[in-house]
Amino acid sequence: MEKEIRIALAGNPNSGKTTLFNALTGTQQYVGNWPGVTVEKKEGKVRGQKNVGVTDLPGIYSLSPYTLEEVVARNYLIDEHPDVILNIVDGTNLERNLYLTTQLAELGIPMVVALNMMDIVRKNGDKINSKELARALGCEVVEISALKNTGVDQAVAACIHAAGGRMSPQHSFSGPVDHALAHIEEAALDRIPEEEKRWYAVKLFERDDKVLEKLALPDSVRNHIEQDIQAAEKELDDDAESIITNERYVYIAGIIKGCYQKKNKSRMTTSDKIDQIVTNRWLALPIFGVIMFLVYWIAMGPFGSFLTDWTNDTLGAEWLVEGSRSLLEGWGAAPWLVGLISDGIVNGVGAVLGFVPQMLVLFLMLCILEDCGYMARIAFIMDRIFRRFGLSGKSFIPMLVGTGCGVPGVMASRTIENERDRRMTVMTTCFIPCGAKMPIIGLIAGALFGGSAWVSTSAYFIGVAAIIVSGIMLKKTKMFAGDPAPFVMELPSYHVPSVGNVLRGTWERGWSFIKRAGTVILLSSVIIWFLSSFGTVNGKFGMVDNLAEDETLWTVEYQQKVADRMGVTYSEDEAVNEVTPMDDSILADIGSTVDFVFEPLGFGRWKTTVATVTGLVAKEEVVSTFGVLYGKDTDADDWDDEGSVIWNNVEEDFNNMSGGHGKLAAFAFMIFNLLCAPCFAAMGAIKREMNSGKWTAFAIAYMCLFAYAIALITYQIGLLFVGSTQVIGLIAAFALLACIVYMLFRPYKEANKLTVR
Amino acid sequence: MKTLRDAAVGETVHVVKLHGEGAVKRRIMDMGLTKGTEVYVRKVAPLGDPVEVNLRGYELSIRKADAEMVEVK
Repeated sequence: MEKEIRIALAGNPNSGKTTLFNALTGTQQYVGNWPGVTVEKKEGKVRGQKNVGVTDLPGIYSLSPYTLEEVVARNYLIDEHPDVILNIVDGTNLERNLYLTTQLAELGIPMVVALNMMDIVRKNGDKINSKELARALGCEVVEISALKNTGVDQAVAACIHAAGGRMSPQHSFSGPVDHALAHIEEAALDRIPEEEKRWYAVKLFERDDKVLEKLALPDSVRNHIEQDIQAAEKELDDDAESIITNERYVYIAGIIKGCYQKKNKSRMTTSDKIDQIVTNRWLALPIFGVIMFLVYWIAMGPFGSFLTDWTNDTLGAEWLVEGSRSLLEGWGAAPWLVGLISDGIVNGVGAVLGFVPQMLVLFLMLCILEDCGYMARIAFIMDRIFRRFGLSGKSFIPMLVGTGCGVPGVMASRTIENERDRRMTVMTTCFIPCGAKMPIIGLIAGALFGGSAWVSTSAYFIGVAAIIVSGIMLKKTKMFAGDPAPFVMELPSYHVPSVGNVLRGTWERGWSFIKRAGTVILLSSVIIWFLSSFGTVNGKFGMVDNLAEDETLWTVEYQQKVADRMGVTYSEDEAVNEVTPMDDSILADIGSTVDFVFEPLGFGRWKTTVATVTGLVAKEEVVSTFGVLYGKDTDADDWDDEGSVIWNNVEEDFNNMSGGHGKLAAFAFMIFNLLCAPCFAAMGAIKREMNSGKWTAFAIAYMCLFAYAIALITYQIGLLFVGSTQVIGLIAAFALLACIVYMLFRPYKEANKLTVR
Repeated sequence: MKTLRDAAVGETVHVVKLHGEGAVKRRIMDMGLTKGTEVYVRKVAPLGDPVEVNLRGYELSIRKADAEMVEVK
């Protein structure tokens, strides 16, 4: 069998790498992540070739040790040693793109340069002499247009031809540097294969900490080469890293002179003219506002809600849940099986999958924004505000989308390149009150605050404040302070988005969410369903609803006992009877066991605890659980009629559990439910974006603790103002407040070194 | 010492030297802001930071705090 050839696709961001990868592989590609990090990894087989595989490296500008993408790329190239590097170079931005080329050439791996966007270069009337370029670089140069799919086959043929050969970099450095490099190769690199010596020598010259660590040179050798480096630095009056970078660009300028002719020197291209308006000092913000409104309005407005409502209510609830129920009942399946499948799995997963159409619409628009070049401008416009909180200008979109639904909000963070900013965004996006949290706010406002509008206003205020406070605190913690976050960003030229890229990007994101719904969310739904449907009724274990139909078990005396245990009223009058079969479920048992946890927050009762737990399935469940627990047989549709009854019950209960301070307790309850762990769907999205169990756990634990702290502070200090202090609680509240204030004002310094294994 | 931060919008300057060290400095250099490079200051973002500059035929966005590390003339 022939040996498989592995091509590594390397190039700058915005050089058309994704388009070329898609053109190379067609539909045969696998999207994943690089091990241990959230950097996307794509692999595929080259179309029409039996034994040629291609790996898409992250888009990078350099092979420095400072950004995660660059470290991932260079580790792959050095450790996995692909057979050939296909370096894609944007012909319209030749000078900066060739900078990476000069570094790739030193790795000792055969290389082919694909000169992309040649159609645009020609259209502009510019000329690139690719033969001359090939001679200067010492490798084959193929002119292509990835978008128009021209020259791609020739590039593949050139790669196959080059594989197995040798690559020796043609460029040299100035005298003192060459001298030092020769010394380094001789003193430290005798065990390194000949073709890789240049790469290691240059990296040692730059004092690259990752390479130094890897080679683990003895101190004597290190001191020896350090003398060579210092001699060169002294002679050229600059530090080693700057010397190398400068000389690379000087060398490139030399090549460009010989093979590139620009037609007109004028600075204004079409893209510049668009940008002059779009990021204009006065027009930028209004235009930004209009675009964001459109994105929001299309995805979350009437059209988006129609899609979600239809999939949830019609497709999900009527067709799938009821359909599967009648189908299963028709087959004579056991009631518990019908419940498990229809109410547990289909209902739980269906509630999540109901978001899919709306999410696809949203992702489609985000892909368009990204592909056309506007996303980078959003970062440019919003950077000033967001970087103060350790976020990126691009965090604005996840937050905006998060007001509709946290799930696509979290997933929209994919466009943030910097891993640190992205993690921070993922952790804080769910603080924004999403659509499903609105009913909670409505319930609390209606039941205890006479429907006052300031309750929902304050909810948004609390959400935004939580993001700001968390951002400032978290960026100083060990988990975040470790990595540098340089913000020197290219503003790519605007271009018409490619239909293929946009559709493919939309589908990739949507599909990864669907897969998640099939695993984590499925399991969680089943567990919650089990806990809330099963329990022990009058000494007999089973499905509580079924057992309650058995009048020998669900007797009047037994119901009275349950009423006493749960602190509710039993009455023969159906309308007043508050005992429900759910009181006997395992979930209610757990609720009554752990409800003391919420005692310091003012709502330490099993009903509020259970409502909070069911909120994990979907936040609107909090309200429907209240409906079940506080009103008899209340369907969501009857809220208007029975709402006041439930509201009265809720108000009374909040007053009871908090010693007459129902408003405070209810407000604390609302804060906790707004800020604590989001629903399973959002947690699934967080897991997907973090790509790490540790980070997911950290994010969710942080949200819960933060929610607990803020609710505690609010309730306890509130009690102080109404003159009914709980000493221990108050001390805890002030201690937490002091901690938060300390974290906010603690000085810190941004790191200069990237820490990766 | 004049830095890129002080350069007015519409002005064309040349890089003299890069100050500072580590990740940010390397990143700035990697993006092509090296000794002798011609830089055209295109505009300032609506909120006053960052700035957009044109160099080596492309557009770059750089924060004022980082632009301060670039000595120009």
